[in-house]
Amino acid sequence: MTGSLTFSEISILFRRRRTWAMLATISLIPIALATAVDLSSSTIPPGEGPPFLDRVSQNGFFVSFTAMIVATPLFLPLTMSVVAGDTIAGEASIGILRYLLIAPVNRGRLLLVKFAGALAFALAATFTLLISGLIIGAILFPVGSVTLLSGDAISLPAAIFRLLIVAVYVTISLLGLSAVGLFISTLTVIPVGAMAATVVISTVMQILDNLPQVAVIHPYLLSHYWLGFSDLLRNPMSLGSFGSNVIVQLCYIAIFGALSYGRFTTKDILS
Amino acid sequence: MDHLSHPEYAIFTSGLSKRFGSRNAVDGIDLRVPRGSIFGFLGPNGSGKTTTIRMLLGLANISAGQVSLLGHSVPEQIEGVLPKVGALVEGPAAYPYLSGRDNLMRLDASDRSADPKSRDTRVDVALARVGLTQAQDKKVNAYSLGMKQRLGIANALLQPRELLILDEPTNGLDPQGTREVRNLVRQLASEGITIFISSHLLAEIEQICTHLAIMSQGKIVAQGTVEELSATEIFSLSLVTSDGALAIATLKALGIEATQDGKIISAAIPSDLMKPEELSKLLVEAGVGIQAFTLSAPTLEERFVQLTGEGFQVA
Repeated sequence: MTGSLTFSEISILFRRRRTWAMLATISLIPIALATAVDLSSSTIPPGEGPPFLDRVSQNGFFVSFTAMIVATPLFLPLTMSVVAGDTIAGEASIGILRYLLIAPVNRGRLLLVKFAGALAFALAATFTLLISGLIIGAILFPVGSVTLLSGDAISLPAAIFRLLIVAVYVTISLLGLSAVGLFISTLTVIPVGAMAATVVISTVMQILDNLPQVAVIHPYLLSHYWLGFSDLLRNPMSLGSFGSNVIVQLCYIAIFGALSYGRFTTKDILS
Repeated sequence: MDHLSHPEYAIFTSGLSKRFGSRNAVDGIDLRVPRGSIFGFLGPNGSGKTTTIRMLLGLANISAGQVSLLGHSVPEQIEGVLPKVGALVEGPAAYPYLSGRDNLMRLDASDRSADPKSRDTRVDVALARVGLTQAQDKKVNAYSLGMKQRLGIANALLQPRELLILDEPTNGLDPQGTREVRNLVRQLASEGITIFISSHLLAEIEQICTHLAIMSQGKIVAQGTVEELSATEIFSLSLVTSDGALAIATLKALGIEATQDGKIISAAIPSDLMKPEELSKLLVEAGVGIQAFTLSAPTLEERFVQLTGEGFQVA
């Protein structure tokens, strides 16, 4: 049953020390951020440092939010690349891939299961960040009703609900990259190579996104809407970037999913 | 495409080939592995044994030719037949950070046809069969090569199988382990399972096989039952005498080319030429003083070396 294998995949992912080390590091991001703000006596002028950093000391709620902004360009894609680059190449490098395939696992099904594993990690990573941020925010700073970017105040539970949507947004942002990593992973038997190549792609996308000369391709870049989740903190909630991000990520999943399938189902497994 | 299945054979290939670039790693082989046999697949390193096995199991694409595995055509019907096939391919493999037991649980969970309810029991039985019960909860990175090899064999035994494909199953095992594997193979064969066992060491499998195929540089150079392959047309003569020149002349008169090395005369004698006692009588009558006279059939190992060539050059 596919259920058995997906369960096995996810349980193996979360039994690896590497996964826990990455999640532990992710949980340190909001802690480091909040501690730094707490220890610095001077008030941060608005507009300096990461967006919303100035609000953190007034409302602990903003720790999670700011941590998302800090981790989205670099650390989350980095850990995602490790997991996605390892999917097929990691199995191939230790030779177990041939035993999975003759068990037998259909190759298309194995790709789906691997993608499900990557999705599970993306969820775990963003929610680790969110929960760690909420906890440290509540410990170090006052927590109360939240003033949105549009100026209205909403209750804390309503604000936390919006934060959950932000976490879903960031999870979705990582899925296109997972598909890219999955594809690269089918090309090699050296997992580190696939991980590094995935990081490179994520970085190049973000560099291109910052070059006004190639503005014409910006809307098609994997990372273009990665930081668009600020719109979720407006009243009424603006879902424009959410929708655009979903479409871009789905396109990347479709294209790189198809490429992975085409490559993996016709490949000689010689490792 | 020939869609004939060959249910009387566990493995049937015709013209099976694998090209890597311009090189034919496997070059048009016709394997005939009868059901119920213990089939030894012999050949030096690099002769194409593992590549053949990869094609049989659908891991590598077939460049040309056809494969029928337990009557199912490969690769079209591979998923239907693989649950009936256990295999050890190019050494064992396992997740180093999982225990031996958890590795088997993982591989069993991958097989859709495996019943999750009996998984625990089947894993227990497979572990016991290869003697890993004590070590089942140790992480595999603490396993010795021999233990990993046993784990690989346990994986091949997770389900009731009709065919076992074992690629170099005694690699890394000590003599004791090698004997255990041999006994296990005999026992499994007695349960009616066809065993296809590849090796580069004839001595390891000669004693258990009923059939053999010998591969060299991508081609099968001999195939048949062990008796058929042991039967020979050429005997080798070894004669010890001090009348060397006379012996050579006498043999030459019979049409036999002999060579001399000190007191030892060697020659290849066609088996239908004459009986040993007639030959020795002829030599004595010619006045050759015989100190020792041996006419022997080559061992299977000598045949193996004759067919595959000697030395360390790998194709």
